This record gives sequence, structure tokens and C-alpha cells, in this order.
Amino acid sequence: MFPSLFLAVNTGGAGRAIDLPSFPHVHGFLDFQLAGSMTQSTMLAGVSAGIALALDIEIGFIDRLVVSPISRAAIVIGRLSATAVLGAISGVWFLTIGLIFGAHIKGGVAGFLLVVLLSALCAGAFGALGAALAFRAGSPTVVQGIFPIVFVILFLSSAFFPRNLLLEPSRTIADWNPLSLIADGVRDPVIYGLSWSAVGKGLAGIAIVGALGALLSAAAMRRRLSVG
Amino acid sequence: MTAAAELRTVWALMRRALNEIVRVPGAAIPGVLAPAIFLLGLTSVFGNLTLLPGFTTTSFMSFLLPVSLMQGAGFTGAATGVNLARDIELGWFDRLAVAPPARSALLAGLVLSASMRALIPMTFLLIVGFSFGVHFPGIDGLLLAILLPAGFAAVAASWGITLALRFRTQSAAPLMQAGIFMAVLFTASYAPLALLTGWLHTVATYNPVRFIIDAARQGFVGHFEWSTTVQGVLALAGLMVVMVALALRGLRHAND
Repeated sequence: MFPSLFLAVNTGGAGRAIDLPSFPHVHGFLDFQLAGSMTQSTMLAGVSAGIALALDIEIGFIDRLVVSPISRAAIVIGRLSATAVLGAISGVWFLTIGLIFGAHIKGGVAGFLLVVLLSALCAGAFGALGAALAFRAGSPTVVQGIFPIVFVILFLSSAFFPRNLLLEPSRTIADWNPLSLIADGVRDPVIYGLSWSAVGKGLAGIAIVGALGALLSAAAMRRRLSVG
Repeated sequence: MTAAAELRTVWALMRRALNEIVRVPGAAIPGVLAPAIFLLGLTSVFGNLTLLPGFTTTSFMSFLLPVSLMQGAGFTGAATGVNLARDIELGWFDRLAVAPPARSALLAGLVLSASMRALIPMTFLLIVGFSFGVHFPGIDGLLLAILLPAGFAAVAASWGITLALRFRTQSAAPLMQAGIFMAVLFTASYAPLALLTGWLHTVATYNPVRFIIDAARQGFVGHFEWSTTVQGVLALAGLMVVMVALALRGLRHAND
């Protein structure tokens, strides 16, 4: 709900931004904003996955899974797959409301499907980070506490506005923030059409976040299981 | 009960609500942190909107700060509803409901405590804003920028209380917050009314909260005008009458 409300406010409130001289040529500001909302939604899905996992840890459900004859990786991958499905649903949701409210998807049906796929992978990658936090903290309240950080990371990327129009120091940070790669990768099929560079950018960003999440969650899981 | 006894009830409930800040200081952090992150984050993202012809200031943060003050006050007010829902779940409210004080005294205690608590995020936001170069609005402008959002916290508290009494669960918290989010941001929050597009322009034109924000914004952007102030105060008064009436109605039917 929150990313949808934020999309509505951003589009109506900052819609005239497309008149700025160095704003990229787009059909409308809504087209540009859709990627920001999808990225935001997938990040929140990742945090929610972390909260759910932390709850399972807190009530002892994970302990029972660990002593059952299933691989430990399957415990995490199962949850991340569910988060990826949520990411795909969020992609479909935002593209659909975008189309209803007049957005154009330059990449057509293939672009639509590509964006949904990237949203799914993105949610899975952020889910891995959420899982790392859940294993480290073991408390849903602590995981919930990172919600403000989600917004800090979003505001320091090109999720909501072109990088060249951000104020400093956000512009410099956005150049190095992998979330900018993800947002640009999700955005390009909507505003420019299909291109290998867009897919590459999106996948590179997702790979960075996913690899970091996988490493951290594996380490945190090992630590939790060894400490008990 | 005598008027003095009712006032003592109001004071006791205010003290109880304010004590939560001391007992659980961490609970105040999200209410303080979130609007500050939005103030800084939205400024860094949308700061160049001031380059648009017709934007009324060159400082986006000065334009946005009153919105953040309203957001901080609104979310603090809505938290009163969440706390009341918790009291209902724990059974504490049932004991309060069978006590002799008038319902209006119970409501006054809750609502006034919200206005007082709202001063915490507002103070923090003003410090952050002035540290990052927000224009000083003058003493009169500063007073308006504090009093109007503090009044809005009372409106938000009444909204939260109404929902808490209706749903009787903390699960209604997102509804309380979403209502405040829409009320504050579906206004000329990011840009002057003339620069808003589509449906938001229409909604913002008629949203009474816009008049409160315009009045609170005067010292930061442009100059002080009585007509804008009166419109803001009237909009706040109107919202307060409606929301307090709804909350009072909910309190009177709490044990039906």
C-alpha cells in the first residue's frame, strides 16, 4: 500500500519535473516513477521476509526445521522463492496500475515480462539481506527497525529521480549505489524499450545485492546454529 | 464530577501518555526519525524542482519543512490511537470506561498529550532544517509552524482514537497512519498548487489540510498574510470539530 501511495504523491506532486531541461525524454513522469515504486516495493518485501523469518526463529519453528532431515539451504531458499513471487506480483501490480493511469511500456509485452522477472529477482536478493538480518538479530522488532534505512538507501539512488538531477551528495552516492543499477535496469524497458545494457545493469545490481545477502545470511545462519 | 476533578483526570491521562516517552524512549524514535529522513531524502531527490518556472522559492527544504512538521505531528497523533488500541486489547480501557470521569475529559487527556508529544519530532525537525540552511521564518512564522501542526496532532489523535474504538485492535495501525499520510501529502506538499498535475491538483485544491500547510509555510516561503493564516486556522478548527465529534461518539458507544 505504501509504495502505491508514494507513487501517487510523487507523480502528482513532482510531475512537472519532466519540464526540467536535463530530464530524460519520457512519455510522462508516471512512466519514470514506476521503477522507483517497484524497487521500493521489492525492498519492503525483502524486509517483510526478514521479519517473518525472525518470527519463525523467535517461536522456535526454525529450530524444528533444522533438526528435520532437510537441507539448511532449502529453509532459506524456500522463503526467498516466496519473496521472489511477491516481487513478481508487485511488478505486475505497478505495471498494471501504470497502464491504467496512462503509462506507456516502450518494451511492449517482452518489456513487461522482463520488468516482472527483474522485480522477482530483486525481491529475492533483498530477501537474502532480510534473512541475514533475521538470523543475526533473531527478533522481528529489530528487523522491523531497518525500515527507515530502506528509505535512506532509496533516496540515495536514482530510484525516484534522474541521477544528474539529484542534489549533492546524493548524486555522488547514487553513482556508487547498486540500487541505482537495479532501478535503471527496471526503468529502461518502460521508458526506452528493450536493450541488453538495461538487462545487464539490472542483473548486475541484483547480483551485487544477492551475493552480499547470500554471504551474510549463510554466515549469520551458521553463527546462530552454532550458538543455539 | 466537578470541573476541577475533570481537569485532574485530563492531567492524569496526559501525564500517563507523556510518561511513555520516559518509560519507552525507543518508541519515540520512529516518529522522530521517519519525518527527518523524508525531509532530507526528498530534498536531495526533488530539490531541483525549484528550477521550474513558478516555483515560489529556491530552497526546497524550506518549502518542505512545514510538510514534515505536519507529518511528524500527524504520525505522533495517530500513535495515540495505536496506544489506545493496545490499552483496549489489554483491558485497561475497560476499567477507564467504567470510571466516573466524563468521556470528554478522557478524550481531552489523550488528545492534549498527543499535541504535547508532537513537540518532540517538531523540535528535532526544526533543528535539522535550520542546520541545513532552512530560512528562519521569524518569531511569528515559527509560532505558526509549531502551533498549527501541534493542533493537527490533536486532529490525528482523534482520528486514531476513532479507529481504535471502532476496530479495537492494534492491527488498525496502518489504517491510522495511511489516513494521515494521505491527508498531509495529498496537498501542495512537493510543489506549489499551480505546479501540481492531474488528480492531485484537484484533491489538493479541496483538501483542508492544504490550508493548514500553507499557513504554516508562510514564514519559510514568501511573507506573512492574515488571509492565509485565517484560512489555515479555520481549516484546522473545522477538522478538529469533526474529528473530536467522531472520537467522542466512539467513546460514548465504547461499551455498547
